[in-house]
Amino acid sequence: MSKIHVTTTINGDPTEYLCEAEDTLLDVLRDRLGMTGSKEGCGTGDCGACSITVDGRLVCACLMLGAEAEGREIGTIEGMAKGDTLHPLQQKFIEHAALQCGICTPGILVAAKSLLERNPDPTEEEARYWLAGNLCRCTGYDKIIRAVLDAAQDMREAS
Amino acid sequence: MALDSKSDGEKLNFKVIGTRPLRPDGIDKVTGRARFGADMSAPGMLVGLVLRSPHAHARIKSIDTSAAEALTGVHAVVTRADFGAVENEATADVLDNCMAGDKALYDGHAVAAVAATSGKIAKQALKLIEIDYEPLPHVTDVDAAMQPDAPSLHDGRANETVPEGMSPNVMARHEFGHGDIEAGLAQADRVLERTYRTEATHQGYIEPHACLASMGPDGQADLWCCTQGHYMVRNTCAEILGIEQGQLRVTASEIGGGFGGKTTVFLEPVALKLAQKSGRPVKMVMSRAEVLRATGPTASSSIDVRIGMTKDGRITAGFAELRYQGGAYPGSPVDMGSMSAFAPYDLENVKTVGWDVVTNRPKQAAYRAPGAPMAAFAVESAIDELAKGFGLDPLEVRLKNAAREGTRASYGPTYPAIGLEATLRKAKDHPHWSAPLGPNQGRGVACGFWFNFGGDTCVSLNITPDGTVTLSEGNPDIGGSRASMSMMAAEELGIPYDKVRTVIADTGSLGQNEVTDGSRVTFAVGLATIEAARAAKREMCKRAAMVWGIDEEAVVWEDGAAKPAGPNAGDHEPMSLAEIAAIASNTGGPIAGHFEVNAEGAGVSFATHMVDTEVDPDTGAVKILRYTVFQDAGKAVHPSYVEGQFQGGAVQGIGWALNEEYIYGEDGILQNPGFLDYRIPVASDLPMIDTVILEIPNPGHPYGVRGVGETSIVPPLAAVANAVSEAAGVRMTALPMSPPRVLAAIQSENG
Repeated sequence: MSKIHVTTTINGDPTEYLCEAEDTLLDVLRDRLGMTGSKEGCGTGDCGACSITVDGRLVCACLMLGAEAEGREIGTIEGMAKGDTLHPLQQKFIEHAALQCGICTPGILVAAKSLLERNPDPTEEEARYWLAGNLCRCTGYDKIIRAVLDAAQDMREAS
Repeated sequence: MALDSKSDGEKLNFKVIGTRPLRPDGIDKVTGRARFGADMSAPGMLVGLVLRSPHAHARIKSIDTSAAEALTGVHAVVTRADFGAVENEATADVLDNCMAGDKALYDGHAVAAVAATSGKIAKQALKLIEIDYEPLPHVTDVDAAMQPDAPSLHDGRANETVPEGMSPNVMARHEFGHGDIEAGLAQADRVLERTYRTEATHQGYIEPHACLASMGPDGQADLWCCTQGHYMVRNTCAEILGIEQGQLRVTASEIGGGFGGKTTVFLEPVALKLAQKSGRPVKMVMSRAEVLRATGPTASSSIDVRIGMTKDGRITAGFAELRYQGGAYPGSPVDMGSMSAFAPYDLENVKTVGWDVVTNRPKQAAYRAPGAPMAAFAVESAIDELAKGFGLDPLEVRLKNAAREGTRASYGPTYPAIGLEATLRKAKDHPHWSAPLGPNQGRGVACGFWFNFGGDTCVSLNITPDGTVTLSEGNPDIGGSRASMSMMAAEELGIPYDKVRTVIADTGSLGQNEVTDGSRVTFAVGLATIEAARAAKREMCKRAAMVWGIDEEAVVWEDGAAKPAGPNAGDHEPMSLAEIAAIASNTGGPIAGHFEVNAEGAGVSFATHMVDTEVDPDTGAVKILRYTVFQDAGKAVHPSYVEGQFQGGAVQGIGWALNEEYIYGEDGILQNPGFLDYRIPVASDLPMIDTVILEIPNPGHPYGVRGVGETSIVPPLAAVANAVSEAAGVRMTALPMSPPRVLAAIQSENG
């Protein structure tokens, strides 16, 4: 069967690729486009390590087909920093030691950014429930939640 | 060797140690640039996949790979027939676990592998491999496996410690202790006898195993993989493949969690063999289901405890019989469980007996303080029940019996300075201990112990011409260790933290390094880093002495510079590290320090955990309301990452206590090989995890450092169980305390 031609936008860059019908968007990002920042922890939408945004909506890239990205705006961890300026969430994650091994970090950052875009002033409980789809096995989430709430405060003060 | 420089942690006025600088790999990890196991590729690379047994136990009568080999795009197929015999018994088991021999021993056991030009073709090829299995009776429960008539996995492999007439699945017996148990129990006002059970749990690292292998016909090979120890990978793969260690260069990727589960090999020898046969690089990445079905969970356990206590809270005797199944091969951590069970206590009469049992489950791998959490669950639950039965404060009872400096440990040695008592006192004084509780709420405490470890370590510290420092070490960084190594080098050299960059060198660049395990890295690699820095300082003093024309003994190193001392003091301006580095070429050549050691003196570690829970009496669901960790770190090099180890271990323990379990069906097939059904704690399950770091210096480390990584998972099983038991009004003796189990216990208690 011939491959599917897809035209899409990833982190603001116009992008074209060919994919198999059964390729997930995560397969495309990692294996066809070399964007390995999104991680595959489960392939079943349970761990959130492949969190990306599609037209601003938070999704697991492993649960979406590459072919479905046609005409969409995809956002990944690779697009989070602007040039050499880290997003406040990225900076706060480093400052708060909110990562140990770092494998869940890209997905959690994408998910947290999505939270703050909807709710710039989340409570601890709201942050915990929003991030409940992102598994972290190292940190116990304490420092992650603190980093998210601290970044939210900085971002509110800056805006 | 133990270092002759005793702990000078207290007298040192630390400038870098104890601060919280940003980790050097932080930006790579928050931007997605860090490269983990599955993030590497190579030109011409093939995709390797494994075919796994659908049976819990089966004889492999034949394997026909011809149709798979004939499929276009398939470049290699391997089975056990492609591997030679391995002499060493433990390594032979590792090979057998990577690729089954004449029997498949568990659901998910690897039986064949293919390498093809795409994952799609590789999947098709797996379906074309024909295997004639003869299913055999199986056993997955530890107590059932110990019955004399249980299905046998391996006949005749029990070691000499096992009495005759036992099930062939019993591989070894361990015994520790001293004193007279019966005499001790006779002095007690109450003797409690209980049986406790824990289910197997998985380390649950978010990154599945992955590797990229290439190997030429001349036997030279390169391997990239996520592992806790690339030197171990090199040595094990070389032995399995029959090649020389020096011919195989292993580079450790960034590692996405390990917790002990990445201290062995699964894919790596198979990928190398596929690469050798195909003449192409081969990449292999496990699915989550493969990780859960075929990589190391921890042991499940069944433990009988007998403890005698006087009514004023003195433990008169402690006995435990521990039965751990470690999957399909010998080597469950029941020995360490038996050694650690009563380690926090100063007991006249103590004995533990451990049984190592095999079952039709995946070969267990280390999981953070392997063997200790289950043992602590049993003993700490029993002590809690006795204390509460006498109306005594459970912290007071623990203080009354706590091991101290000079205590003869239940497993043999006499303790030097240890921190258990300090953690208990801190816990007792903490506001958490006196905070009010509401209805259906309960508070639990428990103590935990871990040995900690040192081992073979080799580091190299190089001074660059511009006066910065590169430190090469051989232990994958699983939780911020590059930061702590840079900190220790900077401290010793008297230069800023950001002047030191630490890298994890490949196996071609350094001598042997033990696996990142046993909470050894900050201790042992730190110790070697400090000594390497001291060697470099001695050399720099020598160079300065040469320039000044004075004896090198008359030069000291202070504040990052060589200074003339003694009779020459003040004769010359101090010469900074950068100044010495700049003229190194003219004073004898490049400057470096290195250190090699089999590090001893790791220093045991203790913790006390305190937790509040609320039980929903209608559903049995448990909520963690508040959690505080009190642990001795010796000296916290980077307190944020010490806290992180405390918090992470506590939460893994909470998962073990409440949710996580391997569920096998009657058919011996794992029922929940996915993160939906094997449920690790998520953010909304938890409160903040408060931490209190105590610093009782380890005399075996120049700065007093103790390992901190593992102890934190030891107390939570019991602490949570003690809290739930209080909240539910019924003693919980089996983990996990999932809602159905808690509800059943409540209903049974209420008749």
